[in-house]
Amino acid sequence: GPLSGRLLMDVRLGELPAWLSTCDFSPQGLLGGVQKAWSSYYDKYINVKRGGPAGISMLLAGYCLLSYGWNYQHISKISFLVSL
Amino acid sequence: VLYATRPLHTTQQCLAPVPPLPEKGGEVRYGLIPEELFQFLYPKTGVTGPYMLGTGLLLYLLSKEIYVINHETVAGACVIGVLIYGIKKYGADVAAFADKLSEEKIARALAVKNESIKALETAIEQEKKEQWRVDGRGYLFDAKRNNVAMMLETNYRERLLTVYNEVKKRLDYQVAMQNLKRQKEQDHMIQWVEKNVVQSITPQQQKDSIAKCILDLKALSKSAQAAV
Repeated sequence: GPLSGRLLMDVRLGELPAWLSTCDFSPQGLLGGVQKAWSSYYDKYINVKRGGPAGISMLLAGYCLLSYGWNYQHISKISFLVSL
Repeated sequence: VLYATRPLHTTQQCLAPVPPLPEKGGEVRYGLIPEELFQFLYPKTGVTGPYMLGTGLLLYLLSKEIYVINHETVAGACVIGVLIYGIKKYGADVAAFADKLSEEKIARALAVKNESIKALETAIEQEKKEQWRVDGRGYLFDAKRNNVAMMLETNYRERLLTVYNEVKKRLDYQVAMQNLKRQKEQDHMIQWVEKNVVQSITPQQQKDSIAKCILDLKALSKSAQAAV
């Protein structure tokens, strides 16, 4: 099919720059993309009849990783490590 | 045939009925890693591929000190241990409780739906009964017509009786008048005759009649004595 209509998983590695160029990077486009990603995740893991711990645990794990990444500078400082 | 002002349900997107929710969510291994990763890596690396990837990644992070071991590591490990223990022990109960809540909600909605369906069905039956009753209006009107005819007849006979009574009263009056007149005439005539007769009896006639009576009486007494 057309390059712009495909999802990321269906794009081959060589076509990645071309696919990126067709993406919509305006604020509305980004917001729409975020909304689509969240709604697809929500419908797949949380909005089901019998879900398990997977839905929120992945969100919490992602939050942990993100916060670790944001605080890495502070954590890796020698003054912080010595004070423990 | 349904008459509507605008076309209904012609487009693809239709809000009702809402498609049901999927039974289970996407498959996730160890609660964190979706199955898609394992399927993605299976053709190239087989079953152990993702595990090797995970181990290698972990060792790399630890050795390069991208992930530093500090007090938070211990705290995190404890928290994760407690979480896993809690989920393993009480997961089923919580799931059953949530299922029960959802079940109750669905049952309430279904009950409302069934109630309204039953109410509408009873309404339909009553409507049919009313329609059946309407068919009996012929009998009703016949009865009413009979009633009216009877009332007319009664009224007619009452008035007939009144007429009869009135006429009889008038005729009785005439008859009574005639009787009275005749009686009055009779009485008057008798009186008048008596008066005249009494007047015509002069004293001379009275004496003569008395003498004749005495003679008659004597003759009678003689004949009576002779008979005895």
